[in-house]
Amino acid sequence: MAKTNAIGLTVKDYKGAPTTLCQGCGHNSIISQIISAVFEENIPPEGVVKFSGIGCSSKAPTYMLGRSFGFNGLHGRMPSLATGALFGDLSLIGIGMSGDGDSAAIGMGQFKHVIRRNMPLVYIVANNGVYGLTKGQFSPTADRGLKLKKQGVNPFEPVDICMEALASNATFVARSFAGDPKQVKTLIKAAMHHKGIAILDIISPCVSFNNQPTTTHSYEWGKQHEVLLHEMQFVPNAKEIMLQGEMQPGEIREITMHDGSTLVLKQVERDYDPTDRFDALRALEEAKQKHILLTGLLYIDTERPALTDLYELPDDTPFNRMEEQRLRPAPESIQAINDMMF
Amino acid sequence: MAKQTQPASAAGAVVNDFSITVSTINGTGSQTSNLTIMRAIFKMGIPVQGKNIFPSNIQGMPTWYTIRISKDGFLARREEHEIVIAMNPATIKDDIEDVMPGGALFYADHLKLPVQRDDIAMYPMPVKKLARESGAPTKLRDYVANMVYVGVLAHIIGIDMDKIHAALDFHFKGKESPINLNYGVIQAAAEWAKENLEKSDPYRLEPMDATKGYIMADGNTAAALGALYGGVQFVGWYPITPASSLVETMNQYIPKLRKDPKTGKNTVVVIQAEDELAAVGMTIGAGWAGLRAMTSTSGAGISLMAEFLGLAYYAEVPLVVWDVQRGSPSTGLPTRTMQGDITQVAFLSQGDTDSIMLFPKDAREAFEFGWKAMDYAERLQTPIFVMSDLDIGQNQWMVEPFEYPDQPMDRGKILWEEDLEKWEKAGKEWGRYLDVDGDGIPYRTVIGNKHPKAAYFTRGTGHDEFARYSEDPEVWTRMLKRIKKKYETARGILPKPEVENMENAAFGIISFGSTHPAIEEARHYLKEEKGIPTDYLRLRAYPFSQEVRDFIANHEKVYVVEMNRDGQMRQLLELEVPEMATRLVSVAKGDGLPLTARWIMNTILEMEEE
Repeated sequence: MAKTNAIGLTVKDYKGAPTTLCQGCGHNSIISQIISAVFEENIPPEGVVKFSGIGCSSKAPTYMLGRSFGFNGLHGRMPSLATGALFGDLSLIGIGMSGDGDSAAIGMGQFKHVIRRNMPLVYIVANNGVYGLTKGQFSPTADRGLKLKKQGVNPFEPVDICMEALASNATFVARSFAGDPKQVKTLIKAAMHHKGIAILDIISPCVSFNNQPTTTHSYEWGKQHEVLLHEMQFVPNAKEIMLQGEMQPGEIREITMHDGSTLVLKQVERDYDPTDRFDALRALEEAKQKHILLTGLLYIDTERPALTDLYELPDDTPFNRMEEQRLRPAPESIQAINDMMF
Repeated sequence: MAKQTQPASAAGAVVNDFSITVSTINGTGSQTSNLTIMRAIFKMGIPVQGKNIFPSNIQGMPTWYTIRISKDGFLARREEHEIVIAMNPATIKDDIEDVMPGGALFYADHLKLPVQRDDIAMYPMPVKKLARESGAPTKLRDYVANMVYVGVLAHIIGIDMDKIHAALDFHFKGKESPINLNYGVIQAAAEWAKENLEKSDPYRLEPMDATKGYIMADGNTAAALGALYGGVQFVGWYPITPASSLVETMNQYIPKLRKDPKTGKNTVVVIQAEDELAAVGMTIGAGWAGLRAMTSTSGAGISLMAEFLGLAYYAEVPLVVWDVQRGSPSTGLPTRTMQGDITQVAFLSQGDTDSIMLFPKDAREAFEFGWKAMDYAERLQTPIFVMSDLDIGQNQWMVEPFEYPDQPMDRGKILWEEDLEKWEKAGKEWGRYLDVDGDGIPYRTVIGNKHPKAAYFTRGTGHDEFARYSEDPEVWTRMLKRIKKKYETARGILPKPEVENMENAAFGIISFGSTHPAIEEARHYLKEEKGIPTDYLRLRAYPFSQEVRDFIANHEKVYVVEMNRDGQMRQLLELEVPEMATRLVSVAKGDGLPLTARWIMNTILEMEEE
């Protein structure tokens, strides 16, 4: 019998249509980890809403959470769709699936502004440095000096998704690697419990167009150059913190999320404080200079109010179920309005 | 509008039937003075309309405000100015020349007059002197200087001082200090005029009773209020002239009108987006999620929203888009009015599309369409465009009071958990894009619906009745045909045109939107002065209903009057009735100014002679 989670569902209840992405595509690994994270967190699939833009990354929502509503929108404009839609029912968790072309090119504006507003949304950038669906053009995150068939050599500095997120005052910024599924899953879990924007820049190799060992978006380079900021364990609210495996007290930091869940971070090389934005920027710059793939939770701020908090909507019923009597002003008000005109 | 018996007047006097144009410098606060004049005349019971003809500029450029006073209730713009008030040295020459022979010029006495006229009355006004003597702080002198012309004009044409006070009281929301300062200047100016000027023009006001039961409102305010009464829940917008005041005004009224009776919390979310792409994206997201959603913009914003609105069309997402049209193409004439976005919106976005448009004629109808558009959007599951314009949106319209919605909200075909259960029990199959009722409109579910079969994946790519990805040519063709069917259904749902017939009409006139007052007046002149009766159909929606086809069929010739260069509505009508296309004659002008009755009449008469 298949294993069920605490709400009696099996992993099958969280699956989507069979993937049509390339075999070995990093995005497939991310999809699997999203499915596992939602399943393990005992969130019903109806409690999640999927959003995406355009590109290989944005096809991903079809291949997961078939019982969740989803909206595959326009290139670079997933954030605005998600912003409007999630006001429909604030109890739902939004997962936005984007790519480097989708977020760092036409979508740069919406990427920055959804961060600025601190809209609660798990915003995943499946980052492979290349346009896959249009067959191998440079993306804005492509390495400088990258050589691609038909394209020549990329002369430009890449956009750093995490750096851009930090510059825009994101309240949750993480980098991960599709080749490190455990970390990806832990970060997705933490992101789902973060009340605000959660930017996950996940290096997700494109096996068809940009997986040569020299590029920083390849499996081989990632495996050889990944350096962990910390080891991570996510402990949901109401669960006692039981440290897994090699995690020992004394070398850990506990981040308490707004709902009481805890993200436990174990020191690897040095004691890294993810609530220090300046340290996050320095870590990113150093990683670039050292030519390493630094992964983990770069920054978190659990205090800043989320966009959805600013409106103080009635919380006794979802906004999209509110009945007419609560939305249309009473008949007697019209006289007062007409009197207010000249 | 009800006609009024004219009060007894002095011989040769022209009473309650003339136009005033005020020429000032933008940013000097003249708007307050002009609105005060117009409102005071309204309160005297005399039909009046003001139009602001202003530059795209914050301060320094010339601006004009024309006030039409008409005992007969004709409130369209006129090209003639009986009275001109000249406050701007940069335009003084043109302003003097603009006064109709026999008219009157009021001018600030520090302005040098480059031309003299002996066929008009000339009234100098000691603007600087009276502003100085008002005791106003130096930085407010320019503002109070504009009150001088209110006082001088009031004395010469007979504006009731109590009504002026009432107008100021309204404008300054009862705040004593600005009311007293401005009223003091107006009184002093009126007093000065009484002692120093002798009336030598024939224009006079006399109180009437023709504005009772009317209100004065601008169309953007009306649209905002209409939307609030329509239960709007989500507004994504981006500032653009002349649409900005729509949402700004809405923000002011939300605390008054949209406090939840149960929790006391507001029930509208308004987000100023980073651009029109995001504004419409948020709005589409909200509409998709089951919220009553709208955005407001102008032509340039529509261009930016085009791709997203194509997605909303094909994915069948309800939302309302207000297009407060301005002079286009390009940045165009951003502070002038036009009906130039008609074909752009009708065929918006790539591929085969159809748009639904509503055409309000004034502030009152802007209110009505404000709430009705919400119902149409959810009923038809598609974007509804309300085609207002700068003239409707930003000018004050004398209209009958706003009317409370006469129907409950129509939330359209939406299924919640218990509905899906019922369908299942009845063995009825549900698919997001399945046409169950044969009207082209499928049933939808929205997020938060916990039924395990409620969810579907929305996409702009090819999909079948069950929202599954499909590239099958047959599926694609079937889906697009089914969407087209919705538009056939829409013809019977949308507001019908209004038809006004005269006996033995020589021809028909079709028009829409803000041209209505000019059409009514032109038809009056055609009949009374030229003996030519006409029939008139005012379009209120697109796609057109059967009545439009019938009207064209019943007339050998139909003049289509509109404010653009190419006769865009005529183009849409030609496509609608290709077999009768030669009956349609375009009377089109898009110069940024509201059409005048004389221009419409003369253009039609010239065409009749040809």
